[in-house]
Amino acid sequence: MARIIVITSGKGGVGKTTTAAAMAMGLAQRGHRTVVIDFDVGLRNLDLIMGCERRVVYDFVNVINGEANLNQALIRDKRCDGLYVLPASQTRDKEALTKEGVGRVLTELGKGYDYIVCDSPAGIEHGATMAMYYADDAVVVTNPEVSSVRDSDRMLGILASKSRRAEDGEEPIKEYLLLTRYAPTRVERGEMLSVDDVQEILSLSLLGVIPESQAVLNASNAGIPVVLDNDSTAGKAYGDMVARYLGDDLPMRFLDAERKGILGRLFGG
Amino acid sequence: MGLLDVFRASRKKGSAAIAKERLQILVAHDRAFRNRPSYLPKLQQEILEVIRKYVEVDLDAVSVNYEQDDDQELLELNIVLPDAAARS
Repeated sequence: MARIIVITSGKGGVGKTTTAAAMAMGLAQRGHRTVVIDFDVGLRNLDLIMGCERRVVYDFVNVINGEANLNQALIRDKRCDGLYVLPASQTRDKEALTKEGVGRVLTELGKGYDYIVCDSPAGIEHGATMAMYYADDAVVVTNPEVSSVRDSDRMLGILASKSRRAEDGEEPIKEYLLLTRYAPTRVERGEMLSVDDVQEILSLSLLGVIPESQAVLNASNAGIPVVLDNDSTAGKAYGDMVARYLGDDLPMRFLDAERKGILGRLFGG
Repeated sequence: MGLLDVFRASRKKGSAAIAKERLQILVAHDRAFRNRPSYLPKLQQEILEVIRKYVEVDLDAVSVNYEQDDDQELLELNIVLPDAAARS
């Protein structure tokens, strides 16, 4: 049985798809058979971030409706063995994701994979609730910013009450915090909530802190998951995130501002 | 970090502290509301109906408050009766 991980947030634009791509690629790189599913019906983007947009033939909704089988719809990643992408439908209504249909596809995938990463759409509507419903673990992607933190907390309430695990009275979904777009210089200047601030408010187990980095835009421009960019801070931080998820005890990196030049030394402290 | 940023920073210093304070209040409030049992609105409605059988009270005279601590739940009912002069 595969472990189902949902990448969620409530708020849009915080880095869910980037994180889903990084998590899936990272797990596969470490030898786990992994499939990443785009739940954003109508606004699919995971295929772009994964760089496989021109290889989409069938999608998640086709499989749910029995118009294609899983093998026809799954796109094999060319860079990493054991990594597959299940794209979202670009044309259908999001109601096409039924609870039964999603459950059926996840059960079938569960037989052949170790991890299923679900990339949730923004919001708390149907698509987002379908993405988290069957999850075992949830990575709540949060920016150090008021609306994102508030939406994350709202999402925690939904994870605790509206999931299959909650409905069946099972052990609740394991929730992790991933702080993204973290700018240490701004934190030091008191302009941005710190990791500790966000931790104190949300009280979640911290899976990682991804620094604000130009590498993320470069990676999405090229369709290469940023976790593959080992020269960038964001790539390294995502690598750490995956290792921590798999049980490694790694210290958080890139939390302190880099000291550069005389100005930084004079005014930075 | 440019020179301008340094001056800008000194002016705006501490906005993160304000953000944290606002979020703490907001999140505490949201969570308290989220954990309320779903029967509360109906309970409030029915209690109001019973009281109005006997006493002429306003429609907003009954307030129901629910609080949860680690080891206890507190359901607080507050009923505002009309002034003595108004009673028949």
